[in-house]
Amino acid sequence: MKAKDIIICRCEDITLQQIHDLLDQGYSTFEDLKRLLRVGMGPCQANTCGHLIQREISKHFNKNIEEVPIHKVRPMTTGVLLKMIAEDQKDEK
Amino acid sequence: MKSNILIIGAGISGVSIAYNLAKKGVKGIHVIDRGYFTNGATGRCGAGVRQQWATEGNCILAKMSIDFFEHAKQTLEYQGDLEFKQEGYLILATTETEHDQFTKNVQLQNRLGIPSKQLTKKEALEIVPHLNPNAFISATFCQTDGHLNPFKMTEAYYLAAKKLGVTFSFYEEALEIKVNDHKITEVVTNKETYQVEKVVNAAGGYAKEVGLLAGVEIPVYSENHEILATEPIEKLQGPMVMSFSKNIYCQQVPHGAFLMGRGNPQAVKSHHVESSWQFLDEMAKTVVDIMPILGNLRVIRQWGGSYNMSPDRQPIISDTDQLDGFYMACGFSGHGFMFAPITGLLLSEIILNEKTTVDLAPLHLDRFKEKGFNYIEKSVV
Repeated sequence: MKAKDIIICRCEDITLQQIHDLLDQGYSTFEDLKRLLRVGMGPCQANTCGHLIQREISKHFNKNIEEVPIHKVRPMTTGVLLKMIAEDQKDEK
Repeated sequence: MKSNILIIGAGISGVSIAYNLAKKGVKGIHVIDRGYFTNGATGRCGAGVRQQWATEGNCILAKMSIDFFEHAKQTLEYQGDLEFKQEGYLILATTETEHDQFTKNVQLQNRLGIPSKQLTKKEALEIVPHLNPNAFISATFCQTDGHLNPFKMTEAYYLAAKKLGVTFSFYEEALEIKVNDHKITEVVTNKETYQVEKVVNAAGGYAKEVGLLAGVEIPVYSENHEILATEPIEKLQGPMVMSFSKNIYCQQVPHGAFLMGRGNPQAVKSHHVESSWQFLDEMAKTVVDIMPILGNLRVIRQWGGSYNMSPDRQPIISDTDQLDGFYMACGFSGHGFMFAPITGLLLSEIILNEKTTVDLAPLHLDRFKEKGFNYIEKSVV
């Protein structure tokens, strides 16, 4: 299967080829790729693509996978409706 | 290593300065950054570009920058999509005092060629029908304000600068600036020592610390401003909706997600950029009050970033009599992204001793010296 047909980030439809292209241009971390391709910015928050991309970076730079930092984990763990956050405060004391 | 000009910080200001200098034929420009691409304030900002300000200085800088953004893709020959859209900023007035202030703001903006106008509640609701009519009394609107992707805009400048011979190094932090007889001699980083006489401080949230490396006092500090993103949906909202009194800005970016942020009145001076549940609570309450329908959107991520605050909430684009060859672009107070084109242009003019495009006195570090400054920009979230 060709790299352009392999989806790495399902939230944003980013292919393996797009990852390889940016690595070839000199970008070297998940954080770089995230900002230019939106990988890890979708609803799953890199739960799918995070480790796949870590492996690609490790192969590209010939590094052990444990030396490749994973993405910065940010809240939320899962999507929550804004109105639930707004309304549920009313019962908090 | 020998360098002609060393720029500290590869955020939007640093890359714009590098590009503007290189375009004028300056050689030997090197840019360092302590982290990954757009790790600082640029990559954490709300991605808005606006011209509706309350001070003349900010209005002029903003308008000239928008004029650049309108042709940025062609000018910088960028292959990607900058996601520039001009669907306006709708700024809500929620009190009579605010309404009166906005009347004055619009007069000032119109005098400077900014096509803003004051709207009644009914007119505002025609532009953003999902506004809660009880949450505001009137509004101002400027069609040519809008959105721009900060990562892509930075990359556009970065690639254009590289093409002109500028070199970049990431994960490289300035540790020491050596000075002899009022002149810079060397900059030591965690990777390299540079023999260089001209240094540009474009360090964003760390501008004060970089100033101190060279013994230059800059009266700025950083504070954390938080922001969140929702899941993407089909287009619902054209303009950025903003309120200073309610403390909110909220826009739907072309990708479909809503971005919204607010300031924290209790924010302390620090480099802290983490997320808090307090922000999430207040943000949710505020946005559901102003635009109830957005309560149906899921928050998927929140983060923080540094505002580098100056005493009058206007930028410092300046050289200094404290040290020859030391230049700075800092203190943007949350608006460095949208002012980047003019920042780069002005700083290149200062460094090359050219006549500057606008009067520099209101932007110079010296304005904080004795008499102080005239007016504090209040149009800040």
